[in-house]
Amino acid sequence: MKTYLPPEYIVKRDVKLCNKCKVCIQQCTYGVHYYDEKEDCMLSRDENCVNCQRCVFFCPKHAIIIRKNLVSYRKNHHWTSEVITAVKKQAETGRAILTGMGCDKPNLTYWDKLLLNASQVTNPSIDPLREPIEIRTYLGKKSKQVELALTGEVVLKTELTPQLCLEIPVMFAAISYGAVNLNVQEALARAAVECGTYFNCGEGGLHPNLYRYGDHLIVQVASGRFGVHPEYLNIGAAIEIKIGQGAKPGIGGHLPGEKVGKEIAEMRMIPVGTDALSPAPHHDIYSIEDLKQLVYALKEATGYAKPVAVKIAAVHNTAAIASGIARSGADIIVIDGVLGATGAAPKVIRDNVGIPIEFALASVDERLRNEGIRNEVSIVASGSIRSSADVVKAIALGADAVYIGTAALVAMGCTVCQRCYTGKCPWGIATTDPEISKRLNPEEASRRLINLLNAWGIEIKEMLGGMGINSIESLRGNREQLRGIGLSESELRILNIKPAGR
Amino acid sequence: METPTETLKELSRLKIEEGAIGVNALEMRSYELNALIRDLVKKGFKGLNLYNVYGQRYIGAGLSGDITFKVYGTPGNDLGIFMNGPNMYVYGNVGDGCGNTMNDGLIAVYGHAGDIVGYSMRGGKIFIRDDVGYRAGIHMKGYRTAPTLVIGGCAGDFIGEYMAGGIILLLGLDESRRHETRFIGTGMHGGVIYVRGKITHLGKGAKMMDIDENDLRVICELVKQFCDLFNFNSSKIIKQEFTKIVPVSHRPYGRLYT
Amino acid sequence: MRPLSQVNNPYKDDKNIDACALFGMINIEGTRFPFKDPLKAISNMRERGNGLGAGFAVYGIYPDHKELYAFHVMYLNRQAKRRVEKSLEEEFRVVLSEELPTKEAKVSNPPLTWRYFVEPNTSKVNEEKITEDDYVMKNVMRINVSERGKALIFSSGKNMGVFKGVGYPEDIAEYFCLEEYEGYMWICHSRYPTNTPGWWGGAHPFSLLDWTVAHNGELSSYGANRRFLEAYGYKCTMQTDTEVLTYAFDLLVRKHKIPLELVPKILTPPFWDEIDQMQQKQKQLLTALRQTYSGLLMNGPFSLIVARQGQMIGLPDRMKLRPLTAGMGGSFLYLSSEEAAIRVVQPTLDKVWNLTGGEIVVGMVKAPAFVRLQLATMR
Ligand code: SF4
Ligand code: SF4
Repeated sequence: MKTYLPPEYIVKRDVKLCNKCKVCIQQCTYGVHYYDEKEDCMLSRDENCVNCQRCVFFCPKHAIIIRKNLVSYRKNHHWTSEVITAVKKQAETGRAILTGMGCDKPNLTYWDKLLLNASQVTNPSIDPLREPIEIRTYLGKKSKQVELALTGEVVLKTELTPQLCLEIPVMFAAISYGAVNLNVQEALARAAVECGTYFNCGEGGLHPNLYRYGDHLIVQVASGRFGVHPEYLNIGAAIEIKIGQGAKPGIGGHLPGEKVGKEIAEMRMIPVGTDALSPAPHHDIYSIEDLKQLVYALKEATGYAKPVAVKIAAVHNTAAIASGIARSGADIIVIDGVLGATGAAPKVIRDNVGIPIEFALASVDERLRNEGIRNEVSIVASGSIRSSADVVKAIALGADAVYIGTAALVAMGCTVCQRCYTGKCPWGIATTDPEISKRLNPEEASRRLINLLNAWGIEIKEMLGGMGINSIESLRGNREQLRGIGLSESELRILNIKPAGR
Repeated sequence: METPTETLKELSRLKIEEGAIGVNALEMRSYELNALIRDLVKKGFKGLNLYNVYGQRYIGAGLSGDITFKVYGTPGNDLGIFMNGPNMYVYGNVGDGCGNTMNDGLIAVYGHAGDIVGYSMRGGKIFIRDDVGYRAGIHMKGYRTAPTLVIGGCAGDFIGEYMAGGIILLLGLDESRRHETRFIGTGMHGGVIYVRGKITHLGKGAKMMDIDENDLRVICELVKQFCDLFNFNSSKIIKQEFTKIVPVSHRPYGRLYT
Repeated sequence: MRPLSQVNNPYKDDKNIDACALFGMINIEGTRFPFKDPLKAISNMRERGNGLGAGFAVYGIYPDHKELYAFHVMYLNRQAKRRVEKSLEEEFRVVLSEELPTKEAKVSNPPLTWRYFVEPNTSKVNEEKITEDDYVMKNVMRINVSERGKALIFSSGKNMGVFKGVGYPEDIAEYFCLEEYEGYMWICHSRYPTNTPGWWGGAHPFSLLDWTVAHNGELSSYGANRRFLEAYGYKCTMQTDTEVLTYAFDLLVRKHKIPLELVPKILTPPFWDEIDQMQQKQKQLLTALRQTYSGLLMNGPFSLIVARQGQMIGLPDRMKLRPLTAGMGGSFLYLSSEEAAIRVVQPTLDKVWNLTGGEIVVGMVKAPAFVRLQLATMR
C-alpha cells in the first residue's frame, strides 16, 4: 500500500556548513542521516525523523535544523493536519496509535491559571537568605491525636507511624526499568539520596545495583507483580500500589517482548522475549475492601515498618475513591493527573481519559477534610509538575508533596519528543539498548537532577518567604494564598479559591 | 532452637509439641496472629502448628526459609502471599488469593480454594486437593523457576488468564463431573496448562495441543507428588487422557499498536 | 446596623485582619481586683488601637454563680432575642437572665446585650454521651452559626465574662459599667482593624467556654490552620485568627489533654534541625507533636495572651515578629504589648523581660512560681 502519510519533520542541512563529519549519523538512532558516496554528500530520510533534536545539538557545525513539515492541507480547525494524519495512519495499519510522554493538548494546564500571594504591610515577608524557612515534609499517616502519659515526666504514648522524610517536597515518580535503562534509574537514585528525597523504581522490579539506594527508594507493586518478592518489598523505604496512572487510566500496560532481554526478564521474573503484560486491574482487587486486603498483606509482609502508598489516576470520582483509600489503611495517596506521562500509551487514552490534577487534588483534599480523615493519609500530586511554582500551588491546594517524572527526564536531556515507546531514545533515556544507554552518564545526569531540585528548593523558599510563611506545613491546603485567573465560577468553586482581585 | 522465653510461656496459646510449636489461634486478629508467627520464626522455631484458624489472613506473608506450617481450620485470604520458601499444609478450605505472588515454597490444601489461587506466582508449588474458584493461576510467570499449580478438582472460569510462565495441571478427579471452565488461558503468552479430561472453551490467545513424551513425564511427576500428599492412586489418574494448552504467541500485543 | 458575626465581612476578604494592643494581669493569690489598673494599662497603649474595637475578659467575676455557664449575648433585634432564648430554654436550664448593665458612653450603635446563667440539660448531655463542655460548645457554635450575625454568644465560660464592642477601651469600660465588677485576672484588648469597619461582634478578645484569646498580628497560616481545625469539628465562622487560635487551644488542651507547656511545641515548634539534634525521647515526642498537629503550626507574626480559669499564658510567634513583654511584681504577673503599660500600673517590678520567639509564659493561681518555659528548656 502506498503511504499517504507525509513526513512529520523535515531535516534541513546547510551544505555550506556541513563538513560531512557524520556525527549526525552516529547520533540519530532512527537512521535518518546517511552518506551518499556517489554524490559525496549527506542526505536524510525525513520520514524517520521524530524531532528529538539530538543531531541538532551534536552537529559541530550547527548545520542541522529540524522543521515541522507544514503540509498545506486546507485550513480547518476541526480537521487539523494532526487529525488527518491519525486517520490516514490507522487506515494504513489497522492498529491503535501508540505514543509516549504526557498528553499534549492545550487548555488542560490549570497551574498557569493560579496565582500566588505575597505579604504586604499586615504581615512581613521573610527573606529566605537570612531566616530559616523549612520545607521538610513527612509523608505517612498521622495519628488523630497525640496521647501522653502525664505522671511526672511527659511520656509519649502514641506510637509513631512509619513516615517518609523529604527534605524537599518533590520526589521522582515511578519510572520502570525497561521503560528506561539502569543509568537513568541510577541517576535518579543518586539525586534522591543527595537531595534527601525518594525515587520510585516503577513496576519493573529492581536491579541489584540499586539495592544500595534502598533508603531512598519507593518500590512499586502493580497488577503485573513483576519482580515482587519479599526482599524487594523490604528493601525500599515505602511500597506503592499502583492502581492507575494519569497517562492511561483504566488500562494496563505492556512492555513489548522485543524489549524483554535477559536482564529485564530476570528482574521481572518472566521468560525472555514475552510481552510483559500489566493487566488493567489487580486481579486481587475488584473492590475497595480488596484494596485494604492488599495494603495489609504488604504491611504484614514487611512487619508494619513502611508506609504503603496507593497511586490512582485522576478520574471523575477521584474524591470518593480517595476517601475509600484513606480508609483502607494506606498511608499515602498518589493522584496522577491527566497530563501525567508514560513510556507508552494508546494516544486516544492518553489524550482523552482522566481529569486535570488541579481539580482532583482540590476535591480530594476538600473531601478528606470534610470527612475528618485528612490526617489519615498524605497526598502526593503527580502528573504535570514543571516548576517550583507548580509545586507551591499544588501544596496550597492541599498536596503534601509532588512527584516529578517528565521534569526529571527533561533535566537529563529528554526533549519530550513523545517517542519513548520505540525504545530508541537518542538521548539514552527511554531505551534499554546497551549502546544507546551509554549516552546517559549517571554521574552527570544525577548532577543535573540535583541542581534542578536545589534550584527549586531555593525558589520554593522564596515564594514561602514572600507569603510570610516559614514552614511548608502552613502552606498545605492554605488556599487563601491562591487566586484564579480566567476561570469560570464553577472552576473556582471546585478549586475553592477566589478570582484574582477579590 | 531457642527455648521458649518467659513472654512466650505467659501466652497460654502456645504449646511445645514434637518438633514444632503449637499456636491456638482462636479469636486472634490477623495482625496478632501474624505478629506472633513472625516472632516465633525469629526465635528459631521451624515447625508451627496453627489450630483453630478462623479466617485469619496473610498467614505466612513474606516469610522465607525452611519452615513448616500446619494450619488447621479455615484460613482467610492471601494465605502465603509473597511467601518465599516455607511449606504450608492446610487441613481445611482456604479463601481467595492463596499463594498470591508467591516466590518459593509449597502450599498443600486438603480441601478447596477460592479465587485467584497462585496469582502472579513465580516459583514454588501449590497443590489443591479439591476445586478452585475463578482465575486460578492468573498471570503466573517464571524466569528460571517454573511455578506449579496442581488442582485435584475442577476450576472456575479464566484459569491461567494472562499466564506468562509456569505449569498448571487441572485433574478433575471427580469422575461424576465434567469440566465447565470457560475462557481457559485468556491472554496467555507463556507457560502451559495440562487438563485431564475434556475441555472445550478456550480463551483468546490460547490453543490446544496434544501432549508429547516430555509433557507426560512432567504430568506423571506432578501427579505422583499430588497422590503422595493426598493419598490417591496415581496409576488410575494417569490413565485418562490429557490435553495441553499453550499460548498462540509470546507477543499477543505485538500487532496491536502503531 | 452591622451583623454580629461571620457575614460582617462586607468585602468578602479571606479573613479579618487587625493590629492591636494586648494587656493581661493575673493575681496569683486569686485575689480579686477592680478594673482600674487594667484599664489604665490598656489605655496607655492608645496609639496601638484606633477606637474601632476594645474588650475585656474578666475571670472570677461571678462567684455567686460559679457553677453555672455565664452566657453574654449580643442581639441586633428582639426577634433574634426571642429565637435564642427559646433555643436556650430547650437545651439548658436558664437559672437567671438579665440585661447587662450599661450606661451612656462614647460608643456607636451598641446592640442589645444580655446575660444568662445556665446549666446544660443533663439528660441531653447524657444522651449525646459528650462532656458538658462539648455540649455547651456545640450549642454555642450552632446558635452563632444559625443566627447569621443577628445574635452572637460572645462569652460562655463559668465564673468569667467578656465585655467588648466598638470604641476605645475607656468607652467600652464606661459603657459596660466595669466599675461594678472585680476579678483575679483581666485580659484587655484594643483593636486596630485593617480591613473591616468596626463591628461589635468582631471586637476582641474572642472567647469560647472559659478560653479567652487576645492576639496581635496576622497568621499567614490561617487557611491551613482553619482547614485542619474544621476536620476536628470546629466551625470557623468569624474569619479571624483569634478564633482559630482559640479553637487550637481548646482542641489541644481541653480535648487532647496536651499539657499547656507543650502547646508552643505545636503552635510554634522548634525547627526540624533542632529536633534532629535532640535526645531520642525528646525527639520522638516533638516529632509526634509536630507531625500530628502540623496543621496547627502558626505562621507569621503574632503575639498572644490566652487565658482560662486560673491561668494566663503569653506566647509570641517563633520568629518573634510581634512584641510581648512579661513583668512580675508582688503577686502579679503581667503580659503586655509594651512594657510601659505594665510600668504605669506598677512602676517597680521584681522582674521584667521581653519574651523570645516561641517562649511561653504561664501564670497560675496558687502555683508555686511563674513558669517560664523556653525552647531551650526542652532540649
Ligand atoms: S537525531 Fe532526532 S532530530 Fe535528528 S534526525 Fe534523528 S530523529 Fe531527527
Ligand atoms: S525520553 Fe527520549 S524518547 Fe521519550 S520523549 Fe524524552 S527524548 Fe523522546
